[in-house]
Amino acid sequence: MTTPRVGERTGRIGDSTARPDGTPKVTGAFAFSSDLYLTGMLWGVTVRAPHPRAEIHGVDVGPALAVRGVAAALTAEDVPGRAVYGLDVPDQPVLARDTVRYQGEPVALVAADHPETARRAAAEVAVDYTVLEPLTDPRRALDDGSPQLHPGGNLVRHVPIRRGDPQPTAEVVVTGEYTVGMQDQAFLGPESGLAVPAADGGVDLYIATQWLHVDRDQVAAALGLAPELVRLHLSGVGGAFGAREDLSMQIHACLLALRTGRPVKMVYSREESFFGHVHRHPAILRYEHGATREGRLVYVKAEILLDGGAYASTSQAVAGNAATHAAGPYEVPNAHVDVYALYTNNPPCGAMRGFGAVQACFGYESQMDRLAAACGLDPAEIRIRNAMREGSAAITGQVLDFPAPVAELVRRVRDRPLPPQRSTDLRAMPGGVGGTTHGEDVVRGVGYGVSIKNVCFSEGFDDFATARVRLEVTGGEPVATVFTAACEVGQGLVTVQEQVVRTELGVDRVMIAPADTSVGGAGSSSASRQTYMTTGAVRAACAKVRDRLAGRDPASLGDEVIDATVEWRHRPTSPLDPVTGQGFAHVQYAFAAHRAVVDVDLGLGLVKVVELATAQDVGKAVNPLAVAGQIHGGSAQGLGLALMEEIQVRDGEIVNPSFTDYLIPTVLDMPPMSLDVLELADPNAPYGVRGVGEPPTISSTPAIVAAVRAATGRNLNRVPVRPEHITAEGLSVEAGR
Amino acid sequence: MRVELTVNGEPQVADDVWEGESLLYVLRERLGLPGAKNACEQGECGSCTVYLDGTVVCACLVAAGQAEGAEVVTVEGLADGDALDPVQRAFLDAGAVQCGFCTPGLVVAVHDLLARTPDPAEADVREALAGNLCRCTGYEHILAAVRLAAERGGEGRS
Repeated sequence: MTTPRVGERTGRIGDSTARPDGTPKVTGAFAFSSDLYLTGMLWGVTVRAPHPRAEIHGVDVGPALAVRGVAAALTAEDVPGRAVYGLDVPDQPVLARDTVRYQGEPVALVAADHPETARRAAAEVAVDYTVLEPLTDPRRALDDGSPQLHPGGNLVRHVPIRRGDPQPTAEVVVTGEYTVGMQDQAFLGPESGLAVPAADGGVDLYIATQWLHVDRDQVAAALGLAPELVRLHLSGVGGAFGAREDLSMQIHACLLALRTGRPVKMVYSREESFFGHVHRHPAILRYEHGATREGRLVYVKAEILLDGGAYASTSQAVAGNAATHAAGPYEVPNAHVDVYALYTNNPPCGAMRGFGAVQACFGYESQMDRLAAACGLDPAEIRIRNAMREGSAAITGQVLDFPAPVAELVRRVRDRPLPPQRSTDLRAMPGGVGGTTHGEDVVRGVGYGVSIKNVCFSEGFDDFATARVRLEVTGGEPVATVFTAACEVGQGLVTVQEQVVRTELGVDRVMIAPADTSVGGAGSSSASRQTYMTTGAVRAACAKVRDRLAGRDPASLGDEVIDATVEWRHRPTSPLDPVTGQGFAHVQYAFAAHRAVVDVDLGLGLVKVVELATAQDVGKAVNPLAVAGQIHGGSAQGLGLALMEEIQVRDGEIVNPSFTDYLIPTVLDMPPMSLDVLELADPNAPYGVRGVGEPPTISSTPAIVAAVRAATGRNLNRVPVRPEHITAEGLSVEAGR
Repeated sequence: MRVELTVNGEPQVADDVWEGESLLYVLRERLGLPGAKNACEQGECGSCTVYLDGTVVCACLVAAGQAEGAEVVTVEGLADGDALDPVQRAFLDAGAVQCGFCTPGLVVAVHDLLARTPDPAEADVREALAGNLCRCTGYEHILAAVRLAAERGGEGRS
């Protein structure tokens, strides 16, 4: 890929086309879900349980209803339809009735004419709790003495993988135990939406989400309405990163709107947002790698515990991903992997960018560095020696029938020139503008990380996307309009759809209709899948339009309108064998490699990432500027997990639910990021595309930690790395774990 | 209470303002100007950055009453009709916009930075924008947008 030039845009596949929503976003005119307004609307607020585990004996909303300006106060008794919801397992109450399973669980709802009135009234709702001892240690979730949090027990899913020799031996063996903290997606646009009751007894919900149809189905079930009476319209989405795959306020706002007969808006505060969506699963990973003296992998053994928290969300699929990616992008003939996703009374965990592959990658990449040290090899060299390539078999037995340039990606980042030794600008030192050092005690390190990530939904899921394309002449010019339910969450999907139509139909004027549930489902904007899937669907719909055009010039259509809808699928995948974990589970893999250079202040334990180089194969860069943006942003989130981002949970309670205490990288934390983008087409994918969004999030974390280890000599078995893990006192902290 | 202020050059009156309301709430919910965003309500993210009497502030931290009689400029007031401000243009051309939630605050912050320092060094840009969080871009294209706007500003002056 060449670096996109400013102003270079013809608007087709491969061009850095400008976003159609760009101008409203820079002028402030773009309507995010929190910007919606209707005259006479009410504000909805959630009453949340303060305890991670409790019994509820009664909820009295009377005092809230007595507050002037309050229009409604609802409890579990007011849910007319299905009382529970969930993406894979409907185990989460719309409103808690008898039992509280995590701190912040919704118990009641209040609607009032001013948000402050609603908040004050919500504080008046009286809930009679008996507080119980929470189960907060996932290692104890399956113990006999632990409370059973759900009727089926505390195991959400166990995924075993058994491949090759069950009792392999090797010349070099390294072991390690690693911990990954709970990361938050921390999108900037809080959960929000506007529910508007309709004359037909249904409801229209304007909402920021990743997956309109699955939201619709869950909302309709809870409301006891036919799905066609629940119409979802995508509103402006202020980032997603997995946190909008589960419901938050969708059902709640609709319940209040239908009860009051008035539009109801709900907007979470930042604090509520930390309780209002699922997080990245914290993980405990035990690894054993065996290799020859030359550093060739003989076996990988892994046991990974994923703390799913109080409800299932997507834990089943996250466990499947952690298992199938447990050995990383490396060839290994023997594997013995067990992944357990568990219920606890911690905050519910589910989808976040990287989805199970992030946790595994910190484990296997830490192990690859240990193995390199044990074999006396350079960290890049041991990765190149074991790198998967086209034709390699994964530990699931799946043979990679597409380009897999893992070794090349490692070489690309390794062979980049290193940044200059030391900046003279004190702001570039660890501690930055804090001015905490003039360079004394500062040491430098270099580290590598390589990721593998499945693209699209896996394990036999019926994964499809729908697109409708209409071609007509308007104002003497041919115009194509695209209708989908595919969610633009910031990644640039609306631009991509325009590019596909221009490429396929040769029509310059392309309109992207607002996404809603009036067309068929598009699946989620997650799993790095939406460009792959909706590109496939829009291209197929264009092909149908082209067929009907039968060679005519689109401008000659006159009054004729050509309208075509296609439901498009990627090639099918298979479930994993429940005993061996073998199977063709993933339609595609994507790969990225990072090299991190860090400076570390040994005295204070502060880290400055000096440079982050990424090499990634994207199959085909549909929009090179947007691809670069995805890689930069993904790498930044991985840096956050490496060095600062953690929801800290004590006894089941979140202690840092704010941007003051939950730190995400600022522009001062981010280093210059150089990119090397490969475009090796996947023959199975539309235009050869490969999902882009997740791989950079996965491998930047271990690369940065490896660089800190190289600089400091510390083991650093946990992310995020904290200053006390690096300073001298950190040695005892680490030894004690 | 009643709050009277000037926003983007227009006199505005907000009635029935509760004393605890912020300038951000008044702009967004009472004056129909939702361009400034609410993402943290505690001055950490910069999404609500606006000019208050010529100084950039987090509108979430300004009580509505403090804005009485003030001149406020929001992101909605930067373009001249359909002609975008050079900072807005640069954000589009450099690919600095993804989800766009941080964009209004950053556009105002960069507008202020370049008005004070037309050709800032990168370290100065980073320091100036450290109060504006972005979760999508990793800031790389935002920095490119600042450079682009600065270059074009330089061309405009020469």
